[in-house]
Amino acid sequence: MGIVLLFLIPVVVFSIVSVVLVGVLGAALPALAAYPDFTWVMDPWFQALIKMTLLILVVVMPLASILTWMERKQSAKMQDRGGPNRAAILGARAWGIPHFIADAVKMIMKEDFIPAKANKILFSLAPVMAIVPVFVTFAIVPFGGDVCTHQLTQVVANPALCTDKVTLQVARLDVGLLFYFAIASLAVYGTTLAGWASYNKWSLLGGLRASSQMMSYEVTMGLAILGAFLVYGTLEPHAIVLAQGPLPWHWGIVYQPLGAILFFTAAIAETKRTPFDTPEGESEVVGYFVEYSGMRFGMFFLAEFIEVVFLSAIMATVFFGGYEFPFLFPDGFHLLGHSLPLPHVAVLLIQTAGWGLKVIFFCWFQLLIRWTLPRIRPDQLMDLGWKKLLPVSLANVVVTAVVVLALMAR
Amino acid sequence: METTFRKRTSKATVKVVPRPETLNKELMLGGIIQGLAVTMRHFFQNVAREKPEVTINYPEERLKYPLRNRGLHRLMHREDDSVRCVACMCCPTACPAHCITIVAEETGNGNEKRPAIFEIDELRCIVCGLCVEACPCDAIRMDTGEHMHVVDRRDDAILGKVDLMKRGISSTAVQGGEPNWQERVKTVPDPRFR
Ligand code: SF4
Ligand code: SF4
Repeated sequence: MGIVLLFLIPVVVFSIVSVVLVGVLGAALPALAAYPDFTWVMDPWFQALIKMTLLILVVVMPLASILTWMERKQSAKMQDRGGPNRAAILGARAWGIPHFIADAVKMIMKEDFIPAKANKILFSLAPVMAIVPVFVTFAIVPFGGDVCTHQLTQVVANPALCTDKVTLQVARLDVGLLFYFAIASLAVYGTTLAGWASYNKWSLLGGLRASSQMMSYEVTMGLAILGAFLVYGTLEPHAIVLAQGPLPWHWGIVYQPLGAILFFTAAIAETKRTPFDTPEGESEVVGYFVEYSGMRFGMFFLAEFIEVVFLSAIMATVFFGGYEFPFLFPDGFHLLGHSLPLPHVAVLLIQTAGWGLKVIFFCWFQLLIRWTLPRIRPDQLMDLGWKKLLPVSLANVVVTAVVVLALMAR
Repeated sequence: METTFRKRTSKATVKVVPRPETLNKELMLGGIIQGLAVTMRHFFQNVAREKPEVTINYPEERLKYPLRNRGLHRLMHREDDSVRCVACMCCPTACPAHCITIVAEETGNGNEKRPAIFEIDELRCIVCGLCVEACPCDAIRMDTGEHMHVVDRRDDAILGKVDLMKRGISSTAVQGGEPNWQERVKTVPDPRFR
């Protein structure tokens, strides 16, 4: 029963989410644009705005806040405990899911305290600096295939050819993942400023650790994913997804297994969670947000979980086929010579729901890692980053480059 | 691991334990996967079971206490509902926590005493049960099965005679023991010595 629900609930939830996303962006807005007064709903700026809003309100924020509950519940299950199960809405406990609402209420009601000697402006700015970049990076994640708005009920063989398409991606940037690296490195300012501005030795130490760690691991992260760029020949996430296609043995994890592991490791270090949580090691320096309370602390907390969601999305996009569902081609399922033609809208719904399932799987996997491995020392952290991951990722790039070159020359 | 450290100035030498640097250890992946497998197994087992075996959701589910569980104290009554305690001072003497305070007074009938004040500081009590053992006339018992209740002030944790007697019932034991108990013991054969 529990196992069935464990798989059933995400499927149901993400089916609803995909209906909302595809329905609003692919059907409702184009239908609205048919009226002369509302043609502006198809303008690029409005599209970008509505996509970002929808993505954040429907996927990112619910997922990030439910992760606060999931983390505690999953760790409890892994450690043979019961986990949170007290908070209830009208007596419905629902395995303690209302705890995330209780958390939010608690965060908002708490006293918002600023230390007397803290730099007030930077102190208030730091949580915003930490949370905004992680939201912005979601702009490049494709959460579904292109929608041919006039052919929703027909079988569409090649969505790239239709003229009236809506992209299920906020911004299709050619620099793609470079944009992610650029924005994500801004998040360092948030943590470092928080550590410095709170006028506390421990938070300063935490901030220093955070900045050194994030800078070192960014190098490995970039190099690890470089192999994938060489294989796909593009940096644009949607093109990467298309290059992988619906066949699982063409996904990035098959071509770049080492790159995937390296990237995942380095990216977990970027999110500053166990086993790389030296910036906030509770038993040693408590972290760059020691002095924060109330919703300001909540923003750091939330930023961490949004980073988890984002990392899951990037892992799914670059190494696990993105929104591509196994064996689901644009015109329906094809498996072992059998084929099942599906209308365009059904394909889109399955793809977006599948994307959500991949994301939540990687969230689950990151929580599993976070509650399994112990924290490593800062010097071990630097050793791992510079002496192990970096050479291996360099080697990975070189070998990949040689193989790709050899294949291209053939 | 290259930091094998020997102190020249001291006569004591440090025993260097060799730690083999195997590739598996250096990679760490094997250990990580093993660890993940363990936690994953526990996760799925516990999700399938719905509730971990060891957890007791306290207010709704309670453990059945053993019969000898020592709860809050109570003072027993006589047939006429007066207090059974004769203020013999055995229990305050036995109490290792010095939490029983008794002030004796005369009953006025015969030469018996009774407690004018009988107070137990339940916060100091270590729940050892020695007072019950010490009592010669079954006047104090700890068989209520009640937990110490929540108090706002420490004074509220001091239970007086009225509080203690509220929980008490009439004890049917004969006050001062049965008059002819020595004869009765002889007539009842002890199964162990038959
Ligand atoms: S249970 Fe022990 S500590 Fe408590 S009142 Fe009796 S003798 Fe004293
Ligand atoms: S030992 Fe029994 S009779 Fe003696 S003072 Fe204590 S309660 Fe009263």
